[in-house]
Amino acid sequence: MADTAIQTRRRGGRARLRLGAAVGRWPLRGAALLYLGLFILLPVAAILQRGFGTGLGNLSSALSSIGAWSAIKLTLILAVLTAIINGCFGTLLAYVLVRIRFPGRSLLSTVVDLPFAVPTLVAGVMLAALYGPGSVVGGWLERHGIHIVDAPPGILLALLFVTLPLVVRSVQPVLLELDLTEEEAARVLGAGQWTTFRKVVFPALRPAITAGSLQALARALGEFGAVVLVAGNIPYKTLTAPVLISQLINQTSYGSTATSGPDEAAAVSALLFGLAFVIVLVTEKFSSRGAGWLKT
Amino acid sequence: MSTTQARERPPQPHASPATPRKFPRRVHRERLVARLLVAVALAYVLVLLLGPLAGIVYYALKSGLGVVGQTISQPDVQHALYLSFLIMLITVIVNTVFGVMVALVLARDRFPGKHLASALVDLPLAVSPVIVGLMAVLLFGRGGWFEPFFAARGIQVIFALPSMVLVTIFISIPFVIREVVPVLQELGLEEEQAAWTLGASKAQTFFRVTLPNIRWGLLYGIALSAARAIGEVGAVLIVSGAIEGKTETATLLILRFFDQFQEQQGYIVALTLAAFSIVMLIGIETFKRKRTREAH
Amino acid sequence: MAGAIKVQGLTKSFGDFRAVDDVSFEARAGEITALLGPSGSGKSTVLRMIAGLEQPDAGSIWVGEEEHTSKTPQERRLGFVFQHYALFRHMTVRQNVEFGLKVRKTPRPDARSRVDELLDLVGLGPFGGRYPDQLSGGQRQRVALARALAPRPQVLLLDEPFGALDAHVRQELRRWLDALHRELGVTSLLVTHDQEEALELASAVVVMRRGRVEQTAAPVDIYNRPATPFVAGFVGASNMVRGTVENGGLNFGGPAVTAVEHVAEGADAQAYIRPHDVLLARTAGERSFPVSVERRTNLGWVSKLQLRMTDGQVIHAELPNEELDGIEEGDRVHANLRNAKVFSLDAGDPASARGDNGPGPAVLHTSDENDVLAAQISQS
Repeated sequence: MADTAIQTRRRGGRARLRLGAAVGRWPLRGAALLYLGLFILLPVAAILQRGFGTGLGNLSSALSSIGAWSAIKLTLILAVLTAIINGCFGTLLAYVLVRIRFPGRSLLSTVVDLPFAVPTLVAGVMLAALYGPGSVVGGWLERHGIHIVDAPPGILLALLFVTLPLVVRSVQPVLLELDLTEEEAARVLGAGQWTTFRKVVFPALRPAITAGSLQALARALGEFGAVVLVAGNIPYKTLTAPVLISQLINQTSYGSTATSGPDEAAAVSALLFGLAFVIVLVTEKFSSRGAGWLKT
Repeated sequence: MSTTQARERPPQPHASPATPRKFPRRVHRERLVARLLVAVALAYVLVLLLGPLAGIVYYALKSGLGVVGQTISQPDVQHALYLSFLIMLITVIVNTVFGVMVALVLARDRFPGKHLASALVDLPLAVSPVIVGLMAVLLFGRGGWFEPFFAARGIQVIFALPSMVLVTIFISIPFVIREVVPVLQELGLEEEQAAWTLGASKAQTFFRVTLPNIRWGLLYGIALSAARAIGEVGAVLIVSGAIEGKTETATLLILRFFDQFQEQQGYIVALTLAAFSIVMLIGIETFKRKRTREAH
Repeated sequence: MAGAIKVQGLTKSFGDFRAVDDVSFEARAGEITALLGPSGSGKSTVLRMIAGLEQPDAGSIWVGEEEHTSKTPQERRLGFVFQHYALFRHMTVRQNVEFGLKVRKTPRPDARSRVDELLDLVGLGPFGGRYPDQLSGGQRQRVALARALAPRPQVLLLDEPFGALDAHVRQELRRWLDALHRELGVTSLLVTHDQEEALELASAVVVMRRGRVEQTAAPVDIYNRPATPFVAGFVGASNMVRGTVENGGLNFGGPAVTAVEHVAEGADAQAYIRPHDVLLARTAGERSFPVSVERRTNLGWVSKLQLRMTDGQVIHAELPNEELDGIEEGDRVHANLRNAKVFSLDAGDPASARGDNGPGPAVLHTSDENDVLAAQISQS
């Protein structure tokens, strides 16, 4: 259409146009690219070089060392579980916050953002406080054979804690923007609440739910602060990959590079990083459909 | 009564005009479902978020306010809190200034590889903080790419403030950018163009027109990045060496307290940080609401 | 303080798309000139290039004695009014209007009195402390005008200023702008797709289509002496009928209904006739042709008639009831064309041989009516 070609796009009644030569492009662009390049590209290059630089041999030697494979497996399983569980509950919360009126709604909205404000370590402390064997709740659970702290459920809780807002915040804006008339049409045609949700609302939310869950997955894969105090860090049992990496590095943290600690750490890190990067790319693909924060 | 409703439930007798109409059972059921959903959502949030918060308040204050006062006035605690705030401040300033620049470029400029740039911005969210710490060690630590350069000038990066600031900047890069870009895109360029035609230079236009227009989104991003910066633990653990009284942040201090079985003190410092986070959270919510209100 | 705007050979492409193609015209000092055309015609792009918001690929722009082509918008000192107002949402009305003055470091008291002056001029004196979102669309546009005029620009550029407003607000503001212009006399260039607006407000109209200028003329000439089929069809309601040229006259397979010049003998032709130029009579005349009345819609003092010609073409007439002499649906009557503009059938093709100096269309009139307009055709 001629109008689109002229690049005067009207959206919500406002025209958006290219920057054009009217704004000095290069100083701004240069500063921005320098910032991103220095702070992000460079460190990434460093880790890829160190981790994969000496070939995949390092990787497999690191992985076949104590607990590495087990740690990665545990991390992966728990992260996927987190993504699934919070994918459901996050969507539920978003739905409740947007569609249902009840007293305390804005308070709930605030509480949902709590994990974004609270330091991850403090989150771990909080969970340990409530569910550790020393507390009322924790003690009661222990007596009934349910171990939270120093066991995988504790790690899961910690991961659920820090990732909940990611899903909610991804789904909420999409829900807000949804055209209610579609649902109304479905209801008028006789569809019940659940059917309407399943066939009209959910398909529209699916990209946002997926994007949010993927973000939760990436975050859960790398979470350190919330996990390190709750998990107990028992090798083969409750030792996650990030904690393992920190242990490997600290083996040599006081200077010597004689041990292979940092190399192994780099290897595991490169693997974990690769996973994270893939997730970012996949999420980016969903975003290019307009579900993300950058619309081009 | 329409026939479509008959599919959902058994037919009801017509109410006569004189008597008030009872709501059909369908509406009752919908209300019940809504209440159920809210209940489940609240329960989840209670178990996951609020309960632990209550737990930490209880444990920190358990031995009375005297112990709280004592702990906070300890020199190592004071230094740790000071260090955390200092790092947060520097981080926030850098990320705000450069974040706005990057946001302007991403929202308005056109160049190939924009998707790559936006993926780079999202990357710090997906990468584990311990990997970030490792990246810094690989760049600035012994045998690192930049180590000779800094060593020659007698500048200590690793195990010192510079590296701690650098990693904290890395992990909080996305927040300002991701919040400002959508606001810029929603606003469009017209007000700026109007300012140009009226004789305002680029700089004048930015400070008088653009900045006021993005202020709530910007403040929201700043608050998120401040909260994230102060909560950082994984990356600083690795680069700082956690030297008491020198490179130990509040979060590292908490770790040490728990490592050394000084749990009470750990809870107290954690609660201090949590209290600060709650204040940040209120700021976050306020800015978020103002931003949303303005966008519609 | 008013200077003329002169634009020469302006060209601009966006990628492969040529939005503006060799556009030249002059907007006379102190007058309102309209840039009229459908969406996509490039008129907004031309305006933005004059303002400095876009850079032309080729061509030059002059305001008064100065060449503006490579100047920044800030340097040009022009007033610009946007379709969607572009008011600074975080500033009050007063602060908005004051902006251009503050930025040029006008001393406070002078600025304040100038703002007062303008707010009174646009009729928004008591609204100085309000914010844009507290105003109606019409009010916002008036603020936008006051803001643009405050720094005393040499020239005022308006980009579809009333496009976002309700029809009746649009009318009102149109009249108001007319009055304002009479008082201030600033050279103005108005972009619009509303031909009624262009004809009513402007003293000269530049009709654009697909990036090119179709015709530059006074409104009355645009209306009565369109230079191309596009202008004939775009401006004012028109019937378009096809016929052939034989013996110097246009005919539909019968006697010639109007004399024709500038179209080759034997060629197929297209004729544009306004609905009120289709006259009906019960008896045949020298240049009439038979039609049957398919529909008559009575609109009070005037009626619209749908007429079918013997070759199947349909034309619409719009005539005062008193001239219709009881003509009803189903009647067979005779039509006479007054003031038909005839072009050859391929004259509407942009690749046609109609250069800048080519002859205009043939506009001749039947001898039935006694108004004979001069045969001058003003062109760009």
